[in-house]
Amino acid sequence: MADLTTNFLGITSPNPFWLASAPPTDKEYNVRRAFEAGWGGVVWKTLGSEGPPVVNVNGPRYGAIYGADRRLLGLNNIELITDRPLQTNLEEITRVKRDYPDRALIVSIMVPCEEEAWKAILPMVEATGADGIELNFGCPHGMAERGMGSAVGQVPEYITMVTEWCKQYYSKPVIVKLTPNITDIRKPAQAAFKGNADAVSLINTINSITSVNLDLMAPEPTIDGKGTHGGYCGPAVKPIALNMVAEIARDAETRGKPISAIGGITTWRDAAEFMVMGAGNVQVCTAAMTYGFKVVQEMISGLSQWMDDKGYAATSDFIGAGVPNVTDWQYLNLNYITKARIDQDACIKCGRCYAACEDTSHQAISMSPDRVFEVQDDECVACNLCVDVCPVENCITMVELQPGEMDKRTGKPVPSEYANWTTHPNNPAAQAAE
Amino acid sequence: MANSQTTPGIVPGRLPADDIARNFTDLHAPLAPHEAAVAADRCYFCHDAPCMTACPTSIDIPLFIRQIGTGTPEAAAKTIFNQNILGGMCARVCPTETLCEEVCVRETAEGAPVEIGRLQRFATDRLMAKGVHPFERAAATGKRVAVVGAGPAGLSCAHRLAMLGHDVTIYEARAKAGGLNEYGIAAYKTPDGFAQAEVDWLMQIGGIEIVEGKRLGESLSLAGLQDDFDAVFLSIGLGGVNALRASGEDKANVTDAVGFIADLRQSSDLGALPVGRDVVVIGGGMTAVDAAIQSRKLGAENVTIVYRRGQEAMGASRYEQDLAAQNGVRLMFNLRPVAVHGNGAAAEIELEYTTVQDGTVTGTGETLRLRADQVFKAIGQTLTDAPEGLDLSGGKIAVTEAGRTSVAGVWAGGDCASGGDDLTVTAVAEGRDAAMDMHAVLVG
Ligand SMILES: Cc1cc2nc3c(=O)[nH]c(=O)nc-3n(C[C@H](O)[C@H](O)[C@H](O)COP(=O)(O)OP(=O)(O)OC[C@H]3O[C@@H](n4cnc5c(N)ncnc54)[C@H](O)[C@@H]3O)c2cc1C
Ligand SMILES: Cc1cc2nc3c(=O)[nH]c(=O)nc-3n(C[C@H](O)[C@H](O)[C@H](O)COP(=O)(O)O)c2cc1C
Ligand code: SF4
Ligand code: SF4
Ligand code: SF4
Repeated sequence: MADLTTNFLGITSPNPFWLASAPPTDKEYNVRRAFEAGWGGVVWKTLGSEGPPVVNVNGPRYGAIYGADRRLLGLNNIELITDRPLQTNLEEITRVKRDYPDRALIVSIMVPCEEEAWKAILPMVEATGADGIELNFGCPHGMAERGMGSAVGQVPEYITMVTEWCKQYYSKPVIVKLTPNITDIRKPAQAAFKGNADAVSLINTINSITSVNLDLMAPEPTIDGKGTHGGYCGPAVKPIALNMVAEIARDAETRGKPISAIGGITTWRDAAEFMVMGAGNVQVCTAAMTYGFKVVQEMISGLSQWMDDKGYAATSDFIGAGVPNVTDWQYLNLNYITKARIDQDACIKCGRCYAACEDTSHQAISMSPDRVFEVQDDECVACNLCVDVCPVENCITMVELQPGEMDKRTGKPVPSEYANWTTHPNNPAAQAAE
Repeated sequence: MANSQTTPGIVPGRLPADDIARNFTDLHAPLAPHEAAVAADRCYFCHDAPCMTACPTSIDIPLFIRQIGTGTPEAAAKTIFNQNILGGMCARVCPTETLCEEVCVRETAEGAPVEIGRLQRFATDRLMAKGVHPFERAAATGKRVAVVGAGPAGLSCAHRLAMLGHDVTIYEARAKAGGLNEYGIAAYKTPDGFAQAEVDWLMQIGGIEIVEGKRLGESLSLAGLQDDFDAVFLSIGLGGVNALRASGEDKANVTDAVGFIADLRQSSDLGALPVGRDVVVIGGGMTAVDAAIQSRKLGAENVTIVYRRGQEAMGASRYEQDLAAQNGVRLMFNLRPVAVHGNGAAAEIELEYTTVQDGTVTGTGETLRLRADQVFKAIGQTLTDAPEGLDLSGGKIAVTEAGRTSVAGVWAGGDCASGGDDLTVTAVAEGRDAAMDMHAVLVG
């Protein structure tokens, strides 16, 4: 059976599944139960400076987006960092790490953007014996208004500066957690590594309003008639996180640097995808909040089955394996030509492909009076929309035309050589082909 | 001339061969991948799931359904087999309507449970189709255990013992292993030789030898087994059947339902299997329903189940009663047989109306007669072949929760042992649990 043991920054954990800093890791009781359920590591709920802890709202903190059958697809929250005293958290962290030496335990921290504040807390965290720290430069609500969280994460210079302080006053690995509420994720990642961060983790939550209460005329979650933007997470944010992870993984400045991926990871497959895109491990929050700690068991069994099927003995065998295949649009092969094909035996004749193509794409699907749907190769641009809307898996597939075959849409045979936009005659900036 | 449904007497080929073949195909078609995905999607992954509690083998149902949902049915199968090595058979034969699916929260909320049984079959079929066995044996312990009876209890016990590193010999009286999986379960629940295929697959664990044609009480004795082995597990099922206690019971064509079903299960040509025109089945359990439905499927014109109490007291679930009714079986309640009439062979059965007071059935004196050229007795089975010296309880071998009998070194489980319902899944659970206890004692 595959070995799921993962080494991230020299920190080993029995599997790559860590719980992200959030309510699941808020206290000793939770973390012990999480470890018993099989989680490989946790990032403790973000700690703040010593003194009176922050307070949370006392009404609803979460809003939700549902799919069919009320499946939770997206969650938004207006929770702040830990609202329990620093000392309590530190004592608990010390005890838990002592009792679970084989699990990863990272401490998330968010204190004001002043050297003294970091200098004060870091030795206390170091004393707990935890394996590393994660700098929360990500929370988009509440703390940002106080100049912390995403307010730091949106200014690359601050990231570098604070990371440097941490590397100075703390001896173990420093992970910088990035906010997605920014236009180019590579900039804060570069800034973190410039400050000698050992790794970046991403994404924290995305600014959002999940819904509006049409009776109260206010955003959800509504607190006494008012609402505020919160942080969005859960399955819905996965594509955004995946792109951001891939961008950092393939950026010239940060390529090969350790990444801990977060954002919508719900199944073994999500985790495998992030790891193939360059993440050394993954962190999970919403899936645990939706299904409980036990959900990790499916992640473990699924990942090991996939690794066995593929012949991967260790997670390091596939981490980053897909990064070389993420490229810019301009380098995609324009001579790779496919056509949609409908498997008439699988087709249930719903007509969704027809509606999609006829109304909104290229009028490339014909419909006969007895509801036979067929792709017209002379119109099909291979956009994939029909594949995406067809309710039957593998009923419509994209079939590659081989070199020399006629593309009926252009009336030209498929060229055998690779050619991209950079050399295309229509590109005003094209370089000569030779 | 070919026989038909109305041909008098007990004759084969009442229906065209094609019809019979169709009648005996899978009761529930296997789920296709898309159907499985949709069915799996309905599971809520409940905490401390009621379905799991209701499963006698405590299969982690939410986990295996989630594993199907995430495209790893093989991992799902492993979750199932961890708890229940005959999870493939149980997926087909468990009365899920009175077990896991009865308590599924979606049954409570919507009257439509998650299709746990069919999903279980989807997963187990997939892993078994690969021909691989998902478990390996632990290091050999050098201990040898004898298992008597190769039904679900014996097979489950043997597999778990083999996995734990013990060497197991199963002694089986019949010519084939499987117990009632092979000789008893309705043919349409487990078609296409599944029972034997499952035994073969289970045996891939290694370390188990099955010796067929050896009967405890004949060529084997408990004392002998105790001498030759480190421990003994008895899983001999229930070999006898209760008598009707009606006059004329000894007439020809008044037989045990289980014998009829065993013949049916072993028949290689159902078109050659004779069945009466007017079949009456006496009893109210699963056996009665199975005998009745299969008689109809063979082409009997009239099939009636006669049960001495009211419908609500029937052992067969409401689902099975409905299945019988759908198959054209007539269900009659509060009637008991008093006599079988006929000249040498059964021709009519005389029934007396009953009332039930404080659980006691009393005849009212009023009777009626039904045409009956074949009468099946399905009024319960009894323990036979129980070795001397073991304490009994309620007509079964008395055992503790862990399956220990009153004699040290001898365990028992399944239908022959006290406690638990007489179901395949219960037998599997008891075999497994006894194996765990035997292991603890053997390596103690
Ligand atoms: C007709 C019928 C239909 C049923 N349908 C269902 C159903 O749909 N679902 C369900 O869950 N349950 C069903 N059951 C019940 C289920 O089959 C039993 O509960 C289950 O098979 C019990 O398993 P077991 O291993 O204890 O006994 P068995 O399956 O009876 O196996 C006992 C084995 O021991 C062997 N044996 C007996 N005596 C000796 C001896 N002296 N020496 C050596 N070997 C011996 C027998 O030949 C047999 O192979 C049905 C039962 C019957 C009779
Ligand atoms: C209620 C809630 C509280 C959170 N609190 C923190 C926090 O204190 N510190 C932090 O770094 N991230 C926090 N997060 C963000 C998560 O750690 C994680 O980055 C985010 O939820 C995306 O992952 P997911 O899609 O698996 O939930 C919180 C998320 C939620 C839902
Ligand atoms: S989840 Fe628990 S704490 Fe939160 S509102 Fe519901 S009952 Fe209260
Ligand atoms: S969407 Fe799919 S199933 Fe529906 S008509 Fe088109 S090909 Fe057939
Ligand atoms: S009770 Fe039903 S919904 Fe809940 S875990 Fe079991 S099968 Fe799923």
